[in-house]
Amino acid sequence: MSNSEPGFSTLAIHAGAQPDPTTGARATPIYQTTSFVFEDTDHAASLFGLKAFGNIYTRIMNPTQAVLEERIAALEGGTAALATGSGHGAQLLVFHTIMQPGDNFIAANKLYGGSINQFGHAFKSFDWHVRWCDPSDLDSVESQIDDRTRAIFIESLANPGGTFVDIKAFADIAHKHGIPLIVDNTMASPYLVRPIEHGADLVVHSLTKFIGGHGNSMGGVIVDGGTFDWTASGNYPMLSEPRPEYGGIVLHETFGNFAFAIACRVLGLRDFGPAISPFNAFLILTGVETLPLRMQRHCDNTLEVASWIKNHDKVAWVSYSGLEDDDNHALMKAYSPKGAGAVFTFGLKGGYEAGVKFVEALEIFSHLANIGDTRSLVIHPASTTHRQLSPEQQVAAGAGSDVVRLSIGIEDVADIIGDLSQALDKA
Amino acid sequence: MNHDRYPDSYIANILHSVKSIAMIGASAKDVRPSYIAMKYLLAKGYEVIPVNPGQAGKEILGQLVYAKLSDIPKPVDMVDVFRGSDALPSIVDDVLALDPRPQVLWAQLTVRNDAAAEKAEAAGLKVVMNRCPKIEYGRHSGEIGWNGVNSRIISARKPVLQRGYQALGIRARPQ
Repeated sequence: MSNSEPGFSTLAIHAGAQPDPTTGARATPIYQTTSFVFEDTDHAASLFGLKAFGNIYTRIMNPTQAVLEERIAALEGGTAALATGSGHGAQLLVFHTIMQPGDNFIAANKLYGGSINQFGHAFKSFDWHVRWCDPSDLDSVESQIDDRTRAIFIESLANPGGTFVDIKAFADIAHKHGIPLIVDNTMASPYLVRPIEHGADLVVHSLTKFIGGHGNSMGGVIVDGGTFDWTASGNYPMLSEPRPEYGGIVLHETFGNFAFAIACRVLGLRDFGPAISPFNAFLILTGVETLPLRMQRHCDNTLEVASWIKNHDKVAWVSYSGLEDDDNHALMKAYSPKGAGAVFTFGLKGGYEAGVKFVEALEIFSHLANIGDTRSLVIHPASTTHRQLSPEQQVAAGAGSDVVRLSIGIEDVADIIGDLSQALDKA
Repeated sequence: MNHDRYPDSYIANILHSVKSIAMIGASAKDVRPSYIAMKYLLAKGYEVIPVNPGQAGKEILGQLVYAKLSDIPKPVDMVDVFRGSDALPSIVDDVLALDPRPQVLWAQLTVRNDAAAEKAEAAGLKVVMNRCPKIEYGRHSGEIGWNGVNSRIISARKPVLQRGYQALGIRARPQ
């Protein structure tokens, strides 16, 4: 390979993978094994002491998982990655590496409902405290930062409303205060947006969605941008202080610009255990090879569907940043010129009751709690994914009681619109 | 040489051609980055000669430690520096005083001094700064990918198997 940078589609197929040196297998094998034989006791000690690269135990690393990790790191333009059993597992490991008890972080109030629950409820048990901000009001971000604030967390493209966030503006605020910006890039995927290029320090994903893309495998990932100085402030001791778990090793000093990903693996994944299975890693790897093709088709179909549904008599409003008159369209053009993603929301003039009839009349659309499948999907967020939020939080998150969320698949768009049309007739 | 970004072939050629490495600032503590790099490079078949005045006459990883470069009783191909950037100019002077001269001056992660590098390059040495030979070996062999690190190298060539489990060699051929 020459020294010129490979393009995105080339990376989606090749990054991290090489022919198997013993069998010649070209697809990445599924290393369905718990453990890996050591050459001798010295080799074992080197692996356990972080002195050699290699595999020990599939709870910590696995060769199939490793190919997926390098692939996603390359697609995001990061230095390293760590795959996990789910996106929630990835978030737990990120915050465990950043936060000490009593610390806080700022998060956008427009997030996947599951993240709002994890941050607002589950994290309290660790004495980690979220402070919600309105991503369209930058003052609400900066005014809440204090000397115990350790990070800012946003979604590049917010679920469920499909609105893009000004990543660079958030990065500037974070860096002014010496804290990292963490971006959940699940809804956009690196095909549309590469947050590290806009100043993000860490990227997380649910691989379950567009990257895997086929609705068959749970997975998550943490991508290390390699950009943040974990030592300067002294506020990130997991990276800057000697670690007793490893005889006093200092991870940032030892691993340089990929130390965060290593810390999440050897201090987080090792001790909490949310590992991805090799089989899931394999299926997601197969999915990611076609990410550029699928994502463009998702976007093209969705723009056509949103344009059509906006003009339907029974539809009160549509929130899709790909539409030229959408409030978020300028930001979408700036951050995601190839398309506005596949998820959007709309409301029916008949409100909640009409929404229920509509959902139940659909034939091709599947009523379920996922996005980013090849199949078209529908859900009513207020009663499902955003159910545990207060009514005020639901409205703030773009998931009020009249809201219907669609995740448009890559079927023939005429069939997608045909199904929506017959269901709207019955609503 | 542009010291912000090295061509992959430049690094691969160095890792291929070098056989013996004098490591300035080698530590006897097994959690220090220099110890970790030394152990790895020894496992990859390089001869590594530790240089550390505080440890002179003792052994690190079975290798006799010398107080200074000029004490090493045989030629070395490369000098690897685990010292601060401000120590690099005097180290370059020491390196250039050796006869025969090493071919490569390598400075570890965070160590960079462009003036010192220029002097070494003017004398015909290849210079690498702010890099780690362990990490670069891991990138060029593919081993580093086992730990989720982006090697930034794509290749459909057969990885080079070394003796034992989980051991790969440098793949790219010297140019």
